[in-house]
Amino acid sequence: YQKLQKERKVTRKKKTFFFFISPSPRLFHASQQCPAPVPRLPETGGKVRHGIIPEEFFQYLYPVTGVTGPYVLGLGLMTMLLSKEYYIINSETMSALGTLAVIVYVIKKYGHKVTEFIDESNDKEQWRVDGRKCIFDAKRNNVAMILESNMRERQLMVFNEVKRRLDYHVELEKLKRHLEQEHLIKWVESNVIKSITPQQEKESISSCIMQLKSLAQRSRAAV
Amino acid sequence: MANKPVLAEQRLLDVKLGDLPPWFAKADYTPKGVLGAFRRGYQRYFNKYINVKRGGLPGISMILTAYVVVSYYFVYDNTKHDMWRKHH
Repeated sequence: YQKLQKERKVTRKKKTFFFFISPSPRLFHASQQCPAPVPRLPETGGKVRHGIIPEEFFQYLYPVTGVTGPYVLGLGLMTMLLSKEYYIINSETMSALGTLAVIVYVIKKYGHKVTEFIDESNDKEQWRVDGRKCIFDAKRNNVAMILESNMRERQLMVFNEVKRRLDYHVELEKLKRHLEQEHLIKWVESNVIKSITPQQEKESISSCIMQLKSLAQRSRAAV
Repeated sequence: MANKPVLAEQRLLDVKLGDLPPWFAKADYTPKGVLGAFRRGYQRYFNKYINVKRGGLPGISMILTAYVVVSYYFVYDNTKHDMWRKHH
């Protein structure tokens, strides 16, 4: 906001007295539809000389009488009014002169300060309004971020669920294979043990004994 | 397609001198017309001098000056007694 103030001070003219009168209320929605946007206000109004006579009057007389024409007209008019006493000089004239002098002095001296103050408050309000637009942008960004984070959360959820289901199938397969293996081993073992008949058992035991005897003989012989 | 607007709708300052009686004849003297003329004048003045971003002192000072001048006309009969000379 300070930068804005500095810019404004450079471009403003001094010794001008403008003040901002609030415009007559315009009906924005007088009809149901409002297709065109409301036009912007013009920057400055029609030119007026000495505060009371519009510039058009001077331009109107310029081709005929030049620059001094309207002033001569004014002078002649005043002379006529005074001499024919259409304008009567009385106490009210004196009070009017005094009032006019005070008004002109005040305007000349403090006019530009009032202008500056009003333009400042105007610019501040404009700056605030522009700032509100930035708030919209920030809020929009916030919403976008929330949406994106939500989407990512959901993606993660989906991923986890799919992984869980696939892991389940994998575990199932593993379990099946493990059970099959164990069952096969047990079955083979039990069958083998069953197939050892008592006769075979006796034979195997006697052959083991004979082997042990021969081993013992050999070891005795070695020693 | 008329090049200029219809005579009745032209502004008084744009009417040529010879065209003046027809203008007075065609003008709208109904209450609605008169009110419309006042409203148009009001809007023209306001849009030119007051409904601007940097309006200023001339906007209302012209109104006040006009008020002073018109009120002087109505008070003249009382001020007559303050005349300095009898014969001008």
